[in-house]
Amino acid sequence: MEQKHHFRRGEPNMRLILCALTVLALITLIVATGLGPVSVSPGTTIRILLSRIPAIGSGVAHTWQALDENIVLGLRLPRVCLGMVVGASLAVCGVTMQALVRNNLADPFILGVSNGAAAFATLGMLFGAFSFLGVYSLSISAFLGSAVTILFVYTISRVRGHIHITQLLLSGVAVSMIMDGVTSIITLSAPNALGLHNAEFWMSGSLAGARWAYLTLPLAVLVICMAVLMVNYRGLNLLLLGEESAGALGVNVRRLQKLLVLVASLMAGVTIAVSGSIGFVGLMVPHFTRMLVGGDHKKVLPTSALLGGILVVWVDVAARLVIAPEELPVGILTAVIGGPVFIWMLKKSHRETQ
Amino acid sequence: MRLQVEDLTYSYGEKEAADHVSLQVDAGEFVGLIGPNGSGKSTVLKNVYRGLRPDSGKITLDGEDLLSMPYRKSARKMAVVGQENEVPFDFTVEEMVAMGRAPHKRLFDVDTPRDRQIVRNALEHLGMEQLAHRNYRRLSGGEKQRVLIARAIAQESDFFVLDEPTNHLDVSYQMQIFDFIKRLKVTVLSAIHDLNMAALYCDRLYVLSQGRVVMEGIPEQVLTPENIYHVYGVRSCVEKHPITGKLSISFLPAGIGASSFWEECI
Repeated sequence: MEQKHHFRRGEPNMRLILCALTVLALITLIVATGLGPVSVSPGTTIRILLSRIPAIGSGVAHTWQALDENIVLGLRLPRVCLGMVVGASLAVCGVTMQALVRNNLADPFILGVSNGAAAFATLGMLFGAFSFLGVYSLSISAFLGSAVTILFVYTISRVRGHIHITQLLLSGVAVSMIMDGVTSIITLSAPNALGLHNAEFWMSGSLAGARWAYLTLPLAVLVICMAVLMVNYRGLNLLLLGEESAGALGVNVRRLQKLLVLVASLMAGVTIAVSGSIGFVGLMVPHFTRMLVGGDHKKVLPTSALLGGILVVWVDVAARLVIAPEELPVGILTAVIGGPVFIWMLKKSHRETQ
Repeated sequence: MRLQVEDLTYSYGEKEAADHVSLQVDAGEFVGLIGPNGSGKSTVLKNVYRGLRPDSGKITLDGEDLLSMPYRKSARKMAVVGQENEVPFDFTVEEMVAMGRAPHKRLFDVDTPRDRQIVRNALEHLGMEQLAHRNYRRLSGGEKQRVLIARAIAQESDFFVLDEPTNHLDVSYQMQIFDFIKRLKVTVLSAIHDLNMAALYCDRLYVLSQGRVVMEGIPEQVLTPENIYHVYGVRSCVEKHPITGKLSISFLPAGIGASSFWEECI
């Protein structure tokens, strides 16, 4: 009884956890690439992949059909890779926002950031505001939408230097409704201008249209943002103590908060520009990560990036298998899984504060 | 370590919470800040430890302007144990104490064996090495406060700012914590709610009332029944305690102690 009360967490073995997750991510990459309405065996997938590696590629016997190769390299692999990047970005974005507001219920989807990004992206497409930036115009308008939403929600839920969690969640709900409305109006009134990206894409998220070209920017942003966050991991930890304590422990709080808003908006924006809003990943993954490794951001950041990538890839596999040959948008599945998790966390956090 | 505060003014909107406050703390002193609730003790301290930014006034640490100092530098000179001690996520006791090393770290620095030794020593100092891997959030209030003191020790500064750290604690914990800090032989500026604690531990006192310093001096000068009545509006009896040699204050409820008795006590 006493033992149970004084719950004691053993020191998590980070090296083991990260190795296991990396191996799991590689297995995921190979197996998930084979899975879909037309499945390709993992053995074939591995051979197709190996044949593309310059040094050893020529040694691999060419035993597969051209169709398999097209599916693996042209359709599935970019999709799985994009899933990894999107999942990792959303999870890390969740971690960042949670440090910013000091609450584990923050998530880009719940706080309306995804919706803001989507609304700005559609606006950008309609008016061609950033068209001079070429292929990146969509990502940049989505980034601006995220930044505006984060700042807005953050400002209205801040009461006397503390984030009021009820205000935060409610303003998130209000902002996402407004932004969804804007997106719907635009996509319905000017459907031709928006091509592939219809309202459904923005609101429920999908990886179906993945191409190699989509991968560059999100991957670059993920790598840069992860590096920035890892370098600042002590600051992120200290921010959890509250602004005053963080300042007293040597953190330039204002500067760090601005940096976190920038990082979170960048990751949310470029991710949503390629995949639409895939909700609750930024909520679930950091939560389960913390159960695994505790609250230290040095451990939370890499672990949640790997877990997020793996999770989104598998949910996406489910999305293309559940009602095959039709496809579900992956965002709908994450919502079905993530919604109940959110409610459970909400209940739990209520109990803890009492 | 020497802290000098001159004409510090800070307001939350309309009302001035700290109004031209001047005070100073010399090396080795244990200085107390007393006053009723809402008198501005916490506001003054938050301005000193950079939780708030003064509207006007000057604060210097060892003659150096605090407000233009990098945060990391001021955090190496001054450790804070405050009221704010909740964290939203699970951290072990060891991780919490290790946060005290942050001001000694640049962006790319890693934790060295020396850092770990300092953290271990700080925990041992407070007799908490057994709790190192416990979850901080599941500790009792007194244990949490001890962890925060260990964190301040790991910070390796010789000036402690205490923002009513013992406020919600049982008296045994209150005394334990002040005893710990006294033993560290550091310079201390502390807000103290309990006048008896102030009399027991402080070398000098500043009395705040409605954001202003209304009195200062050694406890024997400041803690007189007249002053206490003036600031707190309660009648009291102040004696030198035979064992501690310090002042001991007893408050007198309305029914007890006729005015003649009270005057006699004065």
